[in-house]
Amino acid sequence: MVCQVCGKNPATVHFTEIHDNKMSEIHVCDRCAEERGLQAASKKGKFDIADLLAGMVDGMTSTEEERVGSVQCPRCGLLYSAFKETGRLGCAECYTAFQFQLRPLLRRIHGDTRHRGKAPTRDGVGANRSRQIHRLHDELQRAVEREEFEHAASIRDEIKRLESELIETPANPEAKT
Amino acid sequence: MSDPNGHPLEHPIDHLLASPSPWLLGEGPHADLVLSTRIRLARNLQSVPFTHRAREEQLQGVLVSVSKAAKQSASFEGGAFLRMNEISAVERQILVERRLVSHELGDGSKPRGIVIADQERLSLMINEEDHLRLQAMTPGFQLAEAWARADAADDELDPALDFAFSDEIGYLTSCPTNAGTGLRASVLIHLPALVLLDEIQKVLKSIMSVGLNVRGLYGEHSEVMGNLFQISNQTTLGRSEHDSIESLERVTRQIIETEERARERMMRDARVQIEDKVWRAYGTLRFCRSIHAREVINLCSAVRLGAALGLTGLCPLNILNELLVITQPAHLQRRFGTELTPAERNVYRAQLVRERLAVGDGTGAGT
Repeated sequence: MVCQVCGKNPATVHFTEIHDNKMSEIHVCDRCAEERGLQAASKKGKFDIADLLAGMVDGMTSTEEERVGSVQCPRCGLLYSAFKETGRLGCAECYTAFQFQLRPLLRRIHGDTRHRGKAPTRDGVGANRSRQIHRLHDELQRAVEREEFEHAASIRDEIKRLESELIETPANPEAKT
Repeated sequence: MSDPNGHPLEHPIDHLLASPSPWLLGEGPHADLVLSTRIRLARNLQSVPFTHRAREEQLQGVLVSVSKAAKQSASFEGGAFLRMNEISAVERQILVERRLVSHELGDGSKPRGIVIADQERLSLMINEEDHLRLQAMTPGFQLAEAWARADAADDELDPALDFAFSDEIGYLTSCPTNAGTGLRASVLIHLPALVLLDEIQKVLKSIMSVGLNVRGLYGEHSEVMGNLFQISNQTTLGRSEHDSIESLERVTRQIIETEERARERMMRDARVQIEDKVWRAYGTLRFCRSIHAREVINLCSAVRLGAALGLTGLCPLNILNELLVITQPAHLQRRFGTELTPAERNVYRAQLVRERLAVGDGTGAGT
């Protein structure tokens, strides 16, 4: 896991804290932990995701920071500055409203910003299948990297099979009529 | 189950208390090391603000629609639905102690609830940090089985509920640390030899360096007691559920091997000391007259180690596991019926421990 502050070094210091019923988890490298005095902050029980977010705007001018903080979700009305304080988003729409701010944060937390897991079935068989194909492509690449060629070949066959089914089953069944 | 007015037809808490939670059964693969495996999925409804921003009536709506969807699903068939504000504080705490609800859900202040099915193997917290927290629990080390259950229940709930989802980020959650798969896969594992040999820090460090997280028995923020560690995936975005589970599976297998090797080494170099520690712990539990919950957990750890090492005459794993929960404050309070002071609790707890161990070692009533 990568340090959530510098985004470069491996995270070696891990905190899980509860404060005023707010949960926080943080993973940072030794250097950032020391530089930001996180060890001490954690002992006071005041360190949380909010601090990580606060840390991310370092280097911004106060006007820029103010501008980012005043970005508001059009649906639930949550201000980005409020999210920074609590570490909790207000509604599904917040992910769109704060997308530019959230992307680097998600990268720091997860090391990635793209979903590769399951999806709701309402998207139809086609959408699910294309995601499955996407996943298999990732798996194929890993198998090749690990030189597991037999496994890679079977993944490739599975991709071919799913792709042929995808052509037979259009994503939108109504398009047929 | 509730009748149409929401009144329980039979007290579901009594129903729960009648049999131990699945994670206490002492069954399944590697049950002598891994107490339980758990899969949790976080989901939210697209149309309602996340729990902490939603109005009371919106949360009521979530509670009704989600519990209805659960009742209509095959996975939750015959399940019990409990509203947190309709049960007492002690009953809520019983659910926390059984690891069915989190401390957050246990406060009973908002319209929150839980659906419990299949003898606690499947449950659904409603209006916790996220609108839905689906949980599948199995005894022993059974990640694939737990995932299959949670996945199937999720698939069944999905058509009835409009889950918040984006193609890019996946399932959208209140806290960005859960966004993506919303998956937390975890195993509760007993690592006494690594602790005794002072090698645990090294192991924990390597677990964390591969993107996994370590917590205590009661999840987030809980301390490690009785050498019980909960290991789970940390990230939820950029990896499929399958990949996250596979990586936890692989690491857990390595930890099991490391612990087993440590046990062999320990028994080779210090058999007498280990056996002495186990039997002293057993003796204390078997004959105590007043005991604190933490001491029960810690002494049970030594006895569990002894049982796993094959020392004969100790009680079976399921009784040791069961003690972890039935000796906790709310369970004691419920069993003995009255409001107990901490000092009284210690006396009742000691009595209960003696009785259970006497059943376990076949000598009958406790002395």
